[in-house]
Amino acid sequence: MTTTQPAIAVRGLTKVFGKLEVLKGIDLDLMPGEVLGLIGPSGSGKSTLIRCLNMMETPSSGQILVSGREVAPRFRALGNKIGMGELRRNVGMVFQHFNLFPHLSVLDNITEGPRVVLKRPRAEAEALAMDLLEQVGLADKAQAYPAHLSGGQKQRVAIARALAMQPQVLLLDEVTSALDPELVGEVLSVIRRLADKGMTMVLVTHEMGFAADVASRVIFMEQGRIAEEGSPEDILRNPRSERLRSFLSRFHG
Amino acid sequence: MYNWDFYTVLQSFDLFLDGIWTTFLYTVGSIVLGVIIGLLTCFARLSRFAVLRLFARSYQELFRCTPLLVQILWAYYALPMVLGVTISNTTAGLLTLSLYVGSFYAEIFRGGINAIDKGQREAAAAIGMSPIQTMGRVIMPQAIKKMLPAFINQSVIQVKNTSLLYAISVAELTYMTSVVNSETYRPLEAYSLAAVMYFVMLFPLTQIADHFERRMRRSD
Repeated sequence: MTTTQPAIAVRGLTKVFGKLEVLKGIDLDLMPGEVLGLIGPSGSGKSTLIRCLNMMETPSSGQILVSGREVAPRFRALGNKIGMGELRRNVGMVFQHFNLFPHLSVLDNITEGPRVVLKRPRAEAEALAMDLLEQVGLADKAQAYPAHLSGGQKQRVAIARALAMQPQVLLLDEVTSALDPELVGEVLSVIRRLADKGMTMVLVTHEMGFAADVASRVIFMEQGRIAEEGSPEDILRNPRSERLRSFLSRFHG
Repeated sequence: MYNWDFYTVLQSFDLFLDGIWTTFLYTVGSIVLGVIIGLLTCFARLSRFAVLRLFARSYQELFRCTPLLVQILWAYYALPMVLGVTISNTTAGLLTLSLYVGSFYAEIFRGGINAIDKGQREAAAAIGMSPIQTMGRVIMPQAIKKMLPAFINQSVIQVKNTSLLYAISVAELTYMTSVVNSETYRPLEAYSLAAVMYFVMLFPLTQIADHFERRMRRSD
């Protein structure tokens, strides 16, 4: 077959928290190699959407399909649906607040997934981890503990930890929002390099300049719906709706 | 002036040693069983099944809100009437002590687990860990450090609580002291000595608890 399948497909996704309808029917195809930027005001549902993509939030209705296979809302596979365990082995996530394991060294943070989940031998996992630490410029911190790292360093370790699972897709949920301004650049440059290598990514971000630079497609979300989508050029430089225009003006876009 | 006479009392030193040994056995036995009961109760309370949560909660409140002495007497004198079988003082004592401390341990374990940031659970899930792997490799290693001071404190209390088994004639340290007293008529010496023995056993434990508490505060 020559038709490429979406890495992740979203069909009729809704999410309700109590009485609050956060996502009101999202349809989305993420193609391999694509870098999708999700922007929008807070409360627009962009974080909930990205968290549904790896079932960190369980959808209220609708489907998530990974490489064409539907995901069941439980750890193990169910019939012909894949489980959340398999989903998350293929779709990595990096969090706003890093969430490194404080009781493990930097190296062990990165080898934990390959060793425990993928059952790789320690030597192999450590070689891969050192290679990834090299890529994010932190090879000298392998034996350090997270408490002794700066925010930017922690986030780069968190990215290496996600990459160690060799995922097909990487989800980045406001990964620079908790960083001091002077530390944002080092994290963005790591993501930039991943994009250049063809990594499929979804990023929720407030860094409009970065979204314009790295994304191949941008989605503007508002009130639980996709309000506008298109190339970064279209969305960020030539917004159609008044709402998007006023949203962007706050970022002196 | 009171004429101190430790010599008479110390002639029965082997009785004290028997008492200490029995106290030690009941302490260790009830702590081991209590940890198992406490863990099961803790996980039942964190479970998504409401029936399990209710069952665990009921057990905990029953044992936390009634005096241990009443529980011991009830298990030894009243429970046999309900069941229609005799229960030895060993069984009644060990069972009650274990269930009692288990109800408090469960609360300590639950507190330690709940104190771990939910981001840790999410990070573990995000690399594909199963709920059991998450608990064993990410949550518990961090939670145990937080639980340790409260766990040791509760265990110190547990050593002292074994003295209530005196009421059902289990030959632990307090009971044996009363035996020495009735043989020697030297209550001042006998009970003072018992107090010193409890203190010598427990003081190091409270120091260890303090040590862990200080270390925890430093790493925060």
